[in-house]
Parts: sequence; structure tokens; C-alpha cells
Amino acid sequence: MELSRVSQLVKGNIVYESEISPQLEFAFSSDLMSDVLRFHMEKTILITGLSTVQTLRTAEMSNIECIIFARDKKVTDDMIELAAENNISIITTPLTLFEVSGRLYTNGIKPIF
Amino acid sequence: MQFEFDIQGGDFSSAGKASSDIKKVLKQLNIDPKIVRRIAVALYEAEVNVVAHAYKGVMKVDLDAQKIKIVLEDEGPGIENIEKAMQEGFSTATDEVRQMGFGAGMGLPNIKRNTDEMLLTSVPDQGTRLEFMVRF
Repeated sequence: MELSRVSQLVKGNIVYESEISPQLEFAFSSDLMSDVLRFHMEKTILITGLSTVQTLRTAEMSNIECIIFARDKKVTDDMIELAAENNISIITTPLTLFEVSGRLYTNGIKPIF
Repeated sequence: MQFEFDIQGGDFSSAGKASSDIKKVLKQLNIDPKIVRRIAVALYEAEVNVVAHAYKGVMKVDLDAQKIKIVLEDEGPGIENIEKAMQEGFSTATDEVRQMGFGAGMGLPNIKRNTDEMLLTSVPDQGTRLEFMVRF
């Protein structure tokens, strides 16, 4: 699924779009970064409410290509800088983690585990 | 190839910088992406551990054609019971660490899972030494 379609499904706003357009097939929802680091995350969206620089670092280490920040969490310039450095696209949405997950699941995005 | 990084305890804004630099080097060397990911995850968990628990530390990386060997030595409170620390779910992390999305007692088990050899030693009230190796 393309980034624009993912964003449309979650009523999102694309805050940063990577130069390498991601093709997204899987998603993982978590606020616990050590949990994210446990799994292979190719072609994966991380859906989270944890908006910190460490969220971006975790995505970088796990090869995650897109992060959706639920409930309109603030994305700082530092985070966008890291996203650009590591080709990670960022979407923000006013929806909850639960609703974002549900919308993507019913539209064919698969769980990672 | 050898690299050395200083890590400051409590400096969460920089946590992961050293791991990121090493990951970029490994990618440039065309090492299998699955192995790069394993090394990156282990490095990052180890770096976050130093930031979360120690006063300061040093990460030394030694890389050759067959393997990568990493040693992290820190000055800090150390680990009283290593067997317990290796159990999934056991953690002594502060609330600040938990707010960053860590401190659930999964870091050391994650490092063990992603490496071929791991050795953890510690002297309470002095510091901790973590050594691990991944073959290419």
C-alpha cells in the first residue's frame, strides 16, 4: 500500500515523506520500543503514541519505513531530521491507536507477529 | 576496523547515535541486511542501557571480514544479580526511562537473542562490562 493511501485511511497528515516511496504491507502498534525491536520489520508501519527521538531511533534500527503518531502527537524538528536521514515517512492523525490499527487492518495491512 | 564512542548517562537525546553510525558503516560494507539489523538492535539496546543506568560509558567496536565484536564498559551502579537481570520482564529502570519506551526488562534478552556470543559481568557500585559478538 502506498503512503498516500495509508494516510487517507487514517485521516492523517503526511508530516514527512521519504524520498524512497515505501510499499507498506505490515503494521505493529506499540508504545514499548523494546517490543518493537524484537521483530523483523520490513515494509512495516509503526503505529504509536510515543513521540520521542527514541521512537525514530528505534524505527531506524528495525528498518521501519513509516511511523503513524496517533492522537495528534507533536513531531519535533529533531525527529523530522532523523526521519529524513533514515528514509522514514511520518504521518500524524487525530485518531486513537485503536482506530488507526482497525482501519488499516480492515483494509488489508497485515499484523507483523 | 576499530571504532570508539563515549556514551553519557542520562543523555536520552543522543542515545542511539553510536549505534546509528555503526549501522551505516555495516550497510556500506554490504553485509547481509538481516545480520545488520541484528547487530543494530543489540548495539542500540546496549547503548540505551548505558544511558539509562550508568553515569558514563565507552563503546568499542572491532570489525573484521568475519565478525563484529563489541565491548561496552560503564561506570555506574552495576548489576547485583546478573541471572535476574537476564530474565525477561525484570527491570530496575526509572520512570523517565519507561517514558522513553524502554525499561520493560527486555533489553538484555533482546541482546542475547540477536548475538552469537554474549558475556555480561558487573561489579556492584563500580560498573558493568558487556561484550558480544556477531558472525557475518
